[in-house]
Amino acid sequence: MTRNGTIGGRRRPPIVLLAPAVLALTFLVLPLAGLLVRAPWSSLSQRLTEPAVLTALRLSLQTATIATIVCVLLGVPLAWLLARVDFPGRRVVRALVTVPLVLPPVVGGVALLLVFGRKGLVGSWLYETFGVSLPFTTTGVVVAEAFVAMPFLVIAVEGALRGADTRYEEAAATLGAGRWTAFRRVTLPLVAPGIAAGALLCWARALGEFGATITFAGNFPGRTQTMPLAVYLALEVDLQDAIVLSLILLTVSVAILASLRDRWINTP
Amino acid sequence: MTPLLDAHLVVEHGDAFRLDIELSIAAGEVVALLGPNGAGKTTALRGLAGLVPLHAGHISIDGRVLDAPDRRLWTPTERRPIGVVFQDYLLFPHLTALDNVAFGPRSHGVPRTAARATAAAWLARVGLADLARRKPRHLSGGQAQRVALARALAVDPAVLLLDEPLAALDARTRLDTRAELQRHLTEHPGATLLVTHDPIDALVLADRLVIVEHGRVVQEGDAATITARPRTDYVARLVGLNLYRGKAHDHTVTIGDGFTLAVADVLDGDVFVAFAPTAVALHPHRPDGSPRNTWPAEITGIQRHGDNLRVQLTGPIVAAADITPAAAAYLHLAPGQRVWAAVKATETRAYPAAGA
Repeated sequence: MTRNGTIGGRRRPPIVLLAPAVLALTFLVLPLAGLLVRAPWSSLSQRLTEPAVLTALRLSLQTATIATIVCVLLGVPLAWLLARVDFPGRRVVRALVTVPLVLPPVVGGVALLLVFGRKGLVGSWLYETFGVSLPFTTTGVVVAEAFVAMPFLVIAVEGALRGADTRYEEAAATLGAGRWTAFRRVTLPLVAPGIAAGALLCWARALGEFGATITFAGNFPGRTQTMPLAVYLALEVDLQDAIVLSLILLTVSVAILASLRDRWINTP
Repeated sequence: MTPLLDAHLVVEHGDAFRLDIELSIAAGEVVALLGPNGAGKTTALRGLAGLVPLHAGHISIDGRVLDAPDRRLWTPTERRPIGVVFQDYLLFPHLTALDNVAFGPRSHGVPRTAARATAAAWLARVGLADLARRKPRHLSGGQAQRVALARALAVDPAVLLLDEPLAALDARTRLDTRAELQRHLTEHPGATLLVTHDPIDALVLADRLVIVEHGRVVQEGDAATITARPRTDYVARLVGLNLYRGKAHDHTVTIGDGFTLAVADVLDGDVFVAFAPTAVALHPHRPDGSPRNTWPAEITGIQRHGDNLRVQLTGPIVAAADITPAAAAYLHLAPGQRVWAAVKATETRAYPAAGA
């Protein structure tokens, strides 16, 4: 301690900022701590291996992964279009892409039903032509998750593309590379960390998806009942089970956060 | 002989800037585009490469028209027979030196193995065979410059474009790299355009200089002509001469409002007069009895210049004078001080301002 109330040579932060900051931190951490405190540790391993839990977990991991792959395959080109091609209405398109971010997921689910439902705009055609019906199927879960999670990927990749130096693409062009070759051999490797970060965020969002999934795909164990849905259901039956399922989701989220820490969450 | 590159480049940036220059370069010739920052040199290079669109004019290489906005003709960058060395090289950071050089041949459809063999040969030619597997971040500035040169040459470009190829290097590396670059440019069978703001690079590397100011060619010619007979203040400063424009009659040149200089050459009409700063002598009082140009001047600045001091003068004409430190000490020179400047007529060079 030195003079004038300094700590370690630095000035003490003002209490007006410090108090709410500590309060915010407590508010964010306390529920997670509560989950850990109330967890039925003694029966944990037995509850974890219950077939219903494993089924929901497997379904969640599968659908979130497939949804992420779909988002990467479609979302990266969309992000490239937004970042590199100057077309009329680009601002409107960019705004539209972010709509699922602010839309309540339940509303998203209703919208998906109206379009992909058996009597929906696209759904009726799908059903009559191919006999395919999306609502209340595992594919429906993937559709709902991709709809909600895609903006995370597009925004992250578009940001990475805007941050990447376009002069590397010019250099590629002077060496005879067309736009596709330049994209594949130069742009893509340069923004790979951004795509990885976007895909992780996208996957985490898909994994936690609840509202659109339950609205569009329903809650059928083994078919459309993902972990968040299982948590919600368990809450009405057995609180202990709900806590265990929540712990699994929490563990996965924290693992993702940790792997993203250096690239995305922490800014220097 | 028809030039390999024949171009008339017109590029506009709003109302503020307009580039309008004509360039033609023969096979095997190295031309330096020299000019101050913002003169439009890099814009000209990007126009040739197809990285900025032309508003008018044309580009043809080897008789083939690549770009002619009036005829709605345009060839995208990747289909122009060019190679570019960028100012900061722009080596692809995720590829090794070898794969950077192989990128061009690969993009032109050469199979991977053959492209790598070509790249290895080019790296050997620039003396970097050992560093083929290094990533660009593990290369020094001079090494990166050589990889960039090898990468540009590996596609056998008809026209090689270099944008300030030595600007990013420190003084020591620059000297070695410049000598090496000269060797490769001499060996390049195609046309070479070198963009630079450094007169030394231009004088050492180029067969011919094209000097650009404010988007226009102000002077063009070989190094000897340009250093002997500068035609703008920028060129005069580059080659270290005092330069004035005036009206000549017999042995007298009138500059501005009636200030006259006696010159050795006999001319009539619009002329340039040039003399070196070392030709200017400074005196505390008006010198008399000698057949010299003399005028009263005020010192505005003094800087080191090699072993001498360069004294900036105002007065009827603005001039620079180089004097020895001993002379400076004897004269007690300081900014603001009034002196007399003198130049012998035989030390001046006068030449017509009209024509090329």
